[in-house]
Amino acid sequence: MQTMEETVSGTGAVTETRRFRVFRFKRGDQTPHFDTFDVPIEQRTTVLDALKWIQLHRDASLSLRHSCYHASCGTCGVRVNGREVLMCVTAVHDLGHEVTVEPIANIPVLADLVVDMEEFYDRFPDQHPYVRRSEFNPEAAVPDGIATYVRYEDCIECGLCVSACPIVGTTDAYVGPAALAAAQRMIEEPRGADPARLIDWADDPDGAWRCHAAFECTEACPSNVNPAARIMELRGMLVGGRLSFRDREEEAR
Amino acid sequence: MATGAPAHVLIIGGGGTGGALAHDLTLRGIKVTLVERGEITSGTTGRHHGLLHSGARYAVGDQESAIECIEENMILRRICPGSFEENDGLFVALTDEDMDYMELLLEGCAECGIPTQQLTTDEALKLEPLLNPEVKAAVRIPDGTMDAMRMPLRFFATAKHNGAKIHSYMEVKDLVVHDRVVSGAVVHDHVTGKEGEVRADIVVNATGPWSEKVAAMAGVDVPIRPSPGVLLALRGRLCNMVVNRCHKSGDGDIVVPQRGLSVVGTSSWTVEDPDDLGLPEDHIQRMYEEGSKLIPAVRQAEFRAAWSAARPLIGSKEQADTGRELSRTFKTYDHKETDDLEGFVTITGGKGTTLRGMAELCANVICGKLGLQVECSTRETVLLPHTAYYAA
Repeated sequence: MQTMEETVSGTGAVTETRRFRVFRFKRGDQTPHFDTFDVPIEQRTTVLDALKWIQLHRDASLSLRHSCYHASCGTCGVRVNGREVLMCVTAVHDLGHEVTVEPIANIPVLADLVVDMEEFYDRFPDQHPYVRRSEFNPEAAVPDGIATYVRYEDCIECGLCVSACPIVGTTDAYVGPAALAAAQRMIEEPRGADPARLIDWADDPDGAWRCHAAFECTEACPSNVNPAARIMELRGMLVGGRLSFRDREEEAR
Repeated sequence: MATGAPAHVLIIGGGGTGGALAHDLTLRGIKVTLVERGEITSGTTGRHHGLLHSGARYAVGDQESAIECIEENMILRRICPGSFEENDGLFVALTDEDMDYMELLLEGCAECGIPTQQLTTDEALKLEPLLNPEVKAAVRIPDGTMDAMRMPLRFFATAKHNGAKIHSYMEVKDLVVHDRVVSGAVVHDHVTGKEGEVRADIVVNATGPWSEKVAAMAGVDVPIRPSPGVLLALRGRLCNMVVNRCHKSGDGDIVVPQRGLSVVGTSSWTVEDPDDLGLPEDHIQRMYEEGSKLIPAVRQAEFRAAWSAARPLIGSKEQADTGRELSRTFKTYDHKETDDLEGFVTITGGKGTTLRGMAELCANVICGKLGLQVECSTRETVLLPHTAYYAA
């Protein structure tokens, strides 16, 4: 199609210009700083489109993570005007005149908006399965040879919940909402996992008990995981388990 | 080629092809460095609709691709367990013309070894209650859904754990060429902001729609047409199986369910610059129009995202206006043979589904050039989970 430099997607009229303040940091820098870019936008322009436009037309050294462009891979999490979002599904049109873009918090920055996800994955229970039973269209018959319809887990491992969590910010030891939600899902639908082992794993001062129920994780989640409710569910299970254990001890006496 | 120290191959491009090639070469005992200018799978690979092709889409007009797809489909299910939504797919006929095409489809699938099951209107609607009730008949085929990032990431994870050096955020600025031999690349590290040079016995151009740009750094040409398509993601899963329109490949003729989304695809045109695809509004509207013919609820579903992704199709500028006419097969170019340029190989074309097969073909060519006789073992090697990519 057209390749008009002045538009982001090159297909419609420019509606307006927005000022982007973008967090910049390269290894070896003393401190991070912000660079400012004026970006022409259209109705559908997303924050990701705008940053790709900056990369292509203004500053090729800008680093950002992205892959799927439809909120399924979880790579393009950032903070826009202080709120955790996925760049690919955040329309610039709905934001204010000045758009400040920073990397997500509580995960080390590699370069500019790129974070190093190694620590994030370190916190997860081992071998968490990624495919679950599908609950969509429950009235649908299943074809011969297929046991049950399946789909990917809701969690897209984007780290937005970890960024938003006020407790992760105060202690590295807390496993955080993403990992606890994953553990709860495995207890709910084990798929070969051992629920007892996961309950033990969650029953830790730095596990399910560390959460202060701020519900910021659920607020930030772009994929309907609702980590806070899952952490509360885990706690319910842990309390229930302790009570029944005490009952059994009393019976034994 | 040099003897003694293991050969070193530099792969440019961190898409599915580059990842699968890094894995294949590493298993064959070759030292591998892979550089990608952005995040892994940030080009075409991560943006595709996530269809694990049965090959049925190509069984009528492009049987070479169809056979590649069904073979690789079966291999990937084996080596990437837990990575696919294995719910199969349907080709649904809505018109008399579609019914005529169904005959060709069944014949083509039989010729290509793609298993089929014919379904009546009632049977199809039982499996997918939200299908257009006008459906005349359907054919079940072994399509599936892949996570367009996490499935390829398993190749990267396994390659890395077997010793391959994977550098994301490292951009190739130029190729080192002397006396018609490519011996490395000048790279810019976006993490440190510094430039450097990577030396290698062979440099592989695995940059998909960017192949032409990278080949130009060595002064050679590859006939690649970046051919984008528009995709539309809707909230909610309108089907559990992949739903295809039973007619000749066209716009908006597939709904791929994935996670809690339904992805409608796609259109096709060609561009000069794979970095500047655009997102034509009329193509988005066509996804709604055509997609709702398959599943009427497409029209009312909540919008989640629309985007463009560029296919790397093999063909000259003269051959293609829209890209629909071009084969989806893949090809390796040994530039020694095509351009009398030593040490430089391009692998391109293909599909997400055929990434492993592309890597095998390319690795065979590389081993031939290096004088190594090592068999490919990627058909049997079960890959590490995607999370292993991030493990120290």
